[in-house]
Amino acid sequence: MKSSIAFWNILSKDMRNYYLKPPNISWGIIFPFAWMLMMFIKTKTAFNIEEVFPGIVGMSILFGTTSMLSVTITFERKSRSFERLLLAPISIKLLIISKIAGAILFGIFNSIVPVLFSVLYFKATVVNWTMLTVGIVLLSIISTLLGLFISVSAKEVFEAQTYSNFFRFPMIFLCGLFIPVISLPIFIQPLSYILPVTYGVDILRFSITGSNSFSIYLDLFLVLSFCLILFWISLLNIKKKWIK
Amino acid sequence: MEHIITAKNLTKKYDDFIAVNDISFDVNKGEFFGFLGPNGAGKTTTINMLIGMAKISTGNIHYNGNDLTKNIKKAQEIIGVVADESNLYDEMSGYDNLCFCGSLYGLSKLERETKATELLKRFQLIEAANKKFKAYSKGMKRKLTIAAALIHNPQILFLDEPTTGIDVASVRQIRDMIKKLNENGTTVFLTTHYIEEAERLCDRVAFINKGQIIKIDSVENLLNETKEANIIEVVFETNSNNKDELLKKLNQKFIGIECSLKNVNTIKIVSTEKIDISPIVSFLSSENIFIIEAKLIRPTLEDAFVKMTGIEIDIMKKEKEKK
Repeated sequence: MKSSIAFWNILSKDMRNYYLKPPNISWGIIFPFAWMLMMFIKTKTAFNIEEVFPGIVGMSILFGTTSMLSVTITFERKSRSFERLLLAPISIKLLIISKIAGAILFGIFNSIVPVLFSVLYFKATVVNWTMLTVGIVLLSIISTLLGLFISVSAKEVFEAQTYSNFFRFPMIFLCGLFIPVISLPIFIQPLSYILPVTYGVDILRFSITGSNSFSIYLDLFLVLSFCLILFWISLLNIKKKWIK
Repeated sequence: MEHIITAKNLTKKYDDFIAVNDISFDVNKGEFFGFLGPNGAGKTTTINMLIGMAKISTGNIHYNGNDLTKNIKKAQEIIGVVADESNLYDEMSGYDNLCFCGSLYGLSKLERETKATELLKRFQLIEAANKKFKAYSKGMKRKLTIAAALIHNPQILFLDEPTTGIDVASVRQIRDMIKKLNENGTTVFLTTHYIEEAERLCDRVAFINKGQIIKIDSVENLLNETKEANIIEVVFETNSNNKDELLKKLNQKFIGIECSLKNVNTIKIVSTEKIDISPIVSFLSSENIFIIEAKLIRPTLEDAFVKMTGIEIDIMKKEKEKK
C-alpha cells in the first residue's frame, strides 16, 4: 500500500512537472506529424503507408522516451531533488519503475498520433491490432530503458542528450525503421542484431503488414530479455554511481 | 540512556582514500548531537553512511538497537534528512512539495494534506503555500526543506549545515524551531561549521578531523576541560593614570592573581583560583579608576575545538565560504 502511494505520486508528479507540459505535448504531436508529412511529400507518387508506418511509430517512441527521460532524471539529479527519492523508504527498483513509467506512457502517447494519422487519413490497414499494441508498449519500454541506461551515466542534461543522439540517430538506419535490416551491408547487420529496437520495430512491422524479418516469438523473447538486462544494468549502475 | 543510533567502527574508503576511518559513536534518544569539523573531515560522508546515501566499507549501524547496516531502507522510515542545499521541486508549490514528500513515506492523501498544512503554519509559510518553490527566498526555501523532512514525523532529524547562507532573521527562526523540535522529543543530528550554533543548541558534540573522531563529550564537559584558568576582564575609562604603576600595585596587593593590560582600557586578571571581584573593584575605585564593565571570560566551544583539533576557526570558515 505504502509502495503504491509512492509509485502513483512519483508518476503523477512527473506527469504534471514534465510530460504534460505544453511543449512536450506539442513535441509528441508535431514530431511524428512532421515525419509523416515529409514521407508524404517525398513519396506521394508511390506512397505506401504500411511501409513507413512502423518506422515513424518506432522513431516517435524512441525520440520521445529517450529525450524526456534524460531530462527528468538528469535534471533532478543535477538539482539534487532526486536525492529525496533515494532517501525515501522505497526500494530502488520501485523508484526506477516509478520514474520510467511516465516516459513509457509518453512513448505510447507519441505513437498515437502516427497511428491515428495513418489509419484515419491514409487508410492504412493494421493486420493485428493486439500485436500493434503489444509492439508499441514493448518498444516504449525498451526505448525508455535505453534512455535510463544513458541518463544514469550522464551528469548534465546536455550530456544525456548528446549520448542519446549518439545512440538514436544511428538506430534510425540500423534498426529497420525505414531500411530493412536485410538491405543493410552485410558487415553492418550484426550491429542491428544487437540493438533491441530492431526487434521492437519488427513486431510493429508484423502487426501492420503481417510479415517481418524474424519470428514474432523470437522478437518478443528478445525484446523482453533486453528489457530485463537493461533494467538490471541500470539498477546496478544507480546503486554503484549514485550511492557511492 | 537509550541509544537511537549506534555506529560501530565505521570506515569509508574511496579506492585508496580513507574518508572516514574506524569511527564509533552513539546518539541518545531525544538528544541534540552535533558533528563538528572542517571541510573534508568526514562529516558528510558519515551522515551519508547513516542515511543510506553512501555504502559502508566496514563497520555497522544500529538504529534503536537493530543492526540496519544491510537494510538502511528500513532506517529511512524513521529519519528525516535536511541536506546542505534545498532540494525540493522548483516547479511545485510549497504545499505540493510537502504533500509529495509525504507520499514517499506512504502517507494517505488526508494525512499528508493535514500534515502539510500544519507544517506550513508552524514554519510560518502558510501564506506562501501556493507559491512555487523557486519563488521562495533562501530562508523560506530552507524552512520548507526542514518542514519536508518532518512530514512523516521522523524520530531522528539529520541536519547538514542548516543555517549556511541565509539571512540572520531566518537563522534565528530556524534555530528556535530546531530547538523546539528537539524539546518535543525529536533526536537531532546536526553538522555545522558555526561552532557557536553547536554550543547553543547541542547536548553533546563530536569533533571530527581527517576522518577520525577526536573527542565526543557534552558541551559542558568540553568547556570545563578547556578552562585552564579563571579570567576576568575589567574595562575602564581611559585617563591619564599611569597604567604600569597601577598593574604593579594590583599584582602586589592581590596575591595569587596575575594582572596584565589587554588593551588601552582593559585589564585582564588571571588566576588558577576563583576570583573575588569586589575587593579589586574597590581598590580600583580608590585609585580613581572609573570602571565601565567587569566580566567573567568563559572558554567557548570554539576554544575547545581549537585546543583539541589544532584547527583555526577562521581557516575552517574560509574553507566553507569558498565551498
